[in-house]
Amino acid sequence: MDGIRHRAWSAIVTLGLLAVAGAAAIVAQAQDEFKPASPDDLALERLPATPFVFAAYAIVWIVLIGYVFVLWRRLGRVEQEMAALTARLDQPRR
Amino acid sequence: MSVARQTPLVPVLLVVAAGMFAAAPYVIDSAPYESSMGLVQRIFYFHVPAGLVMLGSALVCGIASAIYLGRRRPTADRVAFAAAELTVVLGIIVLTTGPLWARKAWGVWWDWEPRLTSSLVTWMVFGAYLLLRRFGGAGSEVLAAALGLFGMALVPFVYWSVNMWRTLHPKTSVLPTLPAPMLWPVLWCLAAFIILYLALLLVRVRLEASRAALEAAYLTVEE
Repeated sequence: MDGIRHRAWSAIVTLGLLAVAGAAAIVAQAQDEFKPASPDDLALERLPATPFVFAAYAIVWIVLIGYVFVLWRRLGRVEQEMAALTARLDQPRR
Repeated sequence: MSVARQTPLVPVLLVVAAGMFAAAPYVIDSAPYESSMGLVQRIFYFHVPAGLVMLGSALVCGIASAIYLGRRRPTADRVAFAAAELTVVLGIIVLTTGPLWARKAWGVWWDWEPRLTSSLVTWMVFGAYLLLRRFGGAGSEVLAAALGLFGMALVPFVYWSVNMWRTLHPKTSVLPTLPAPMLWPVLWCLAAFIILYLALLLVRVRLEASRAALEAAYLTVEE
């Protein structure tokens, strides 16, 4: 049991550190020199808004539907366990 | 011995919220484009209501935690636990839709400015609350309640951070000064998020009550 708990904690801490490192990598950097733009840079300049709007709305739907689904499964599992326990308690009485 | 009773209000709230979320894109489409950001500003209509409900949820958790610390009422503890989990879920929405908006509007995914940083810290505090409840063992609910209070204390800092410090993030004055065609979709989405939040809070509290009943039943069996 302690081993599982220890592994779970290790996984959580590792994921947390990875998230912080990832966030740090994408932080805006202060500019210390100017360079001529490449065609790739110019493509970035014309970044279309549509994929960002769609991605944002998709995330809202996925997170909410996912949470509702997980919540219902957890509730169903507890109720199932309770029904099984009740049936087990009722058995000797019959 | 029975699981906690399902309130008939939950299915009604869920159906209303689902209908409002389904209609939201049409309502948002009726709003005019913002002059400097154009289409990408439409992320605002989900990002801001999710953010406001997240902060409201942090307040619910804090108040319920205070009641639990003062009176040791199990219902208050269940409400605090449910609200903390919902704060984390809504925080995921806020902290992912925000960077998508920022990438187009500011040119960066993330900036360590006051609003973003304080929102992330608040989300991590409620994440810590959930970890404490999950792995803290017996008695962790008291420590978690203290953490819930601390999380609630961060809410005013998150909300007014944009007015107190220099920041890239739009200020709190944006919302009350919105013209009617832009305000109406925000209020629509805010109402949808609040209704869904209430439904999920009730279900989550019921789950905790059912778990408590199950634990009590196991104890009875062991005796």
